[in-house]
This record gives sequence, C-alpha cells and structure tokens, in this order.
Amino acid sequence: MMGLFENAWPWYVAGPLIAVCMAALLFAGKRFGVSSNFQTLCTLAGAGRFSDFFRIDWRERKWNLVFILGTVLGGALSGLWLRPQPTVDLSSDTVATLESWGLQDPGATFEPMELYGPEVWGQPGTWLILLIGGFLVGFGTRWADGCTSGHAISGLSSLQLPSLIAVVGFFIGGLTMTHWVLPYLFH
Amino acid sequence: MWLYLLIGMLFGVTLTQAEIVSWYRIAEMFQFDSFHMYGVIGSAVVLGVLFLQLARRLGWQSVEGKPFAIYVYPMGWKRFLLGGTVFGMGWAITGACPGPLFILAGAGYSPVLIPLVGALLGTFVYGLVRHRLPH
Repeated sequence: MMGLFENAWPWYVAGPLIAVCMAALLFAGKRFGVSSNFQTLCTLAGAGRFSDFFRIDWRERKWNLVFILGTVLGGALSGLWLRPQPTVDLSSDTVATLESWGLQDPGATFEPMELYGPEVWGQPGTWLILLIGGFLVGFGTRWADGCTSGHAISGLSSLQLPSLIAVVGFFIGGLTMTHWVLPYLFH
Repeated sequence: MWLYLLIGMLFGVTLTQAEIVSWYRIAEMFQFDSFHMYGVIGSAVVLGVLFLQLARRLGWQSVEGKPFAIYVYPMGWKRFLLGGTVFGMGWAITGACPGPLFILAGAGYSPVLIPLVGALLGTFVYGLVRHRLPH
C-alpha cells in the first residue's frame, strides 16, 4: 500500500487523473484553468484602482480560489507526508546536460537546490531570476488567456485551434529559454 | 465549496506524486529526453477529447442541468502565439506553470513564493499595458 505513494506515479496514472479533475469541474458547472486566479488575486489586492482589467466580481471566482487552496494542501500532503524525501529519476542525458550547466547532483533532490533550496533566501541574484521567471508566467498567461490547464488540457480537449497555437508558443518560449539562456544561468 | 477543495487536492497530489511540479522534469521535457511529461499531457488530452465527444453524443450536462462551461476562445493567433511564448520562457526558468507555483508552496519549497509574487506582478503589468499589445 505505501509503495503506491513512495514511488513516483507514472504518466499513465497522472494524465488520466488530470482528465478526471477537468471532468469533475465540468460536471460541477465550472471549468479547469489555474492562471485566471492571478487576475482574481490582483483584484483582491486592489488592482481595480489602476486598470479596469481587474474590475471583476471576484465572488464569481471564489470557487477557483478554493480549488487552488486545495492544490496547496495537496502539495503539502504529498510533499511533506506521502513522499517526503523524493529523488527524481531523470534520464542520463538530462543529468549530463544539467551538470554541464553547473547544477549539482541533478535529481538527487526533488527540486534543484540552486533555485528552490533554503539557501536561496540569501542569494539576491537567484531572487531576480525567479522573479523574472514568475513575471513572464503571469504576463504571458494573461496575454495568451490561459496556461497549461486552460489551453493544453481544456483547450486541446475541446479541439480549439487557438489553444494549439498557444501550446506551440509555450514550446517556442520554453525551447528558446532552455537552449539559449538556461545553460549560462548557473555558472 | 468542499468539492472544489477536494478536486484541487487531487490535482495537487497528482502533480506532486508524478513529479510534474519538479523543475527537473520540465528541463527534461524541453530537452526531449523523456516521454514522461508528454505522456502526462498527451494522455490527459486524449481522455479529455474522448470525454467531451462522449458528453456531446450522450448529452451529459453539469449537475445543475446546464451545458458544460467550456470556454470558447475567439479566433486569432497573435495573443496566443506571443503570450504563449512569453509564458513558455517563464515556464522554463521557474520549472513551474501556474498550478505548480501554488502546489510547490504547499510542498514546502519556500523560495517559490518569489516567482509567485513575480506572476502576480506580471499579471498586474499586463492589466496596465494590454491595450498596447497585439491581440
């Protein structure tokens, strides 16, 4: 029984469970999409004073804030209790590439300590990298009107061309960054 | 509201247990070194397509008896391609799309609060300058 949680779940368990999440939200009369919560949170913080983009009725989106609260709890359940010290069984090619970028022991921890370890709080250079990365996520998802859940899962599942275009964009951006910028970031 | 909390928990546990929230898995995906992430997204989409096609043919509805609240995107390409590219760059840096940014905060990786604040800033700035961007 514990093996169920100690080992990483394979793709053919995770993918179907993500589809179950989407279907459950649709049956409940809602839709699956995470990034619109950033807009709702800006509205709650008073951003409506600066742009009508944030003059929305957050109460209609309260269910989605409850959903992301659930994801935080789910992350805690898995990350702190079910599988507290996970390693990531990366492909050997990725390990070699990441080592050549200057990362230590890729996959020995769940996240690279260079980006998400506690010592990051004493490294302002890393704050800047993470802040810029997060900024691009927030700016890009609102511009594209969706993220991986809204476009790649909900949009592609409903066979929408705009979502396919967005996913192509995700990869143009991701590949550009991964091959032309990230190799020089950790030295 | 408990239902949304539970669905969110299932989503958070799934993405953590399958390592989708790990920066390493995203780096591996963008190097085409593993099938894992493609299997996750691909199988979710294949089942999602089957589910929605079945729903249409069999007339499934929400529990309130309404059609599913599928968001229909307006036709066009600029905002999707350009915005998608910007998001993709951020995804590769942080190793986290919006869901994992929240999930990792729960999993105890406190520095993820920095890109989370960044994402709120990015959303706010988009709200200020969106009229000057192609859509």
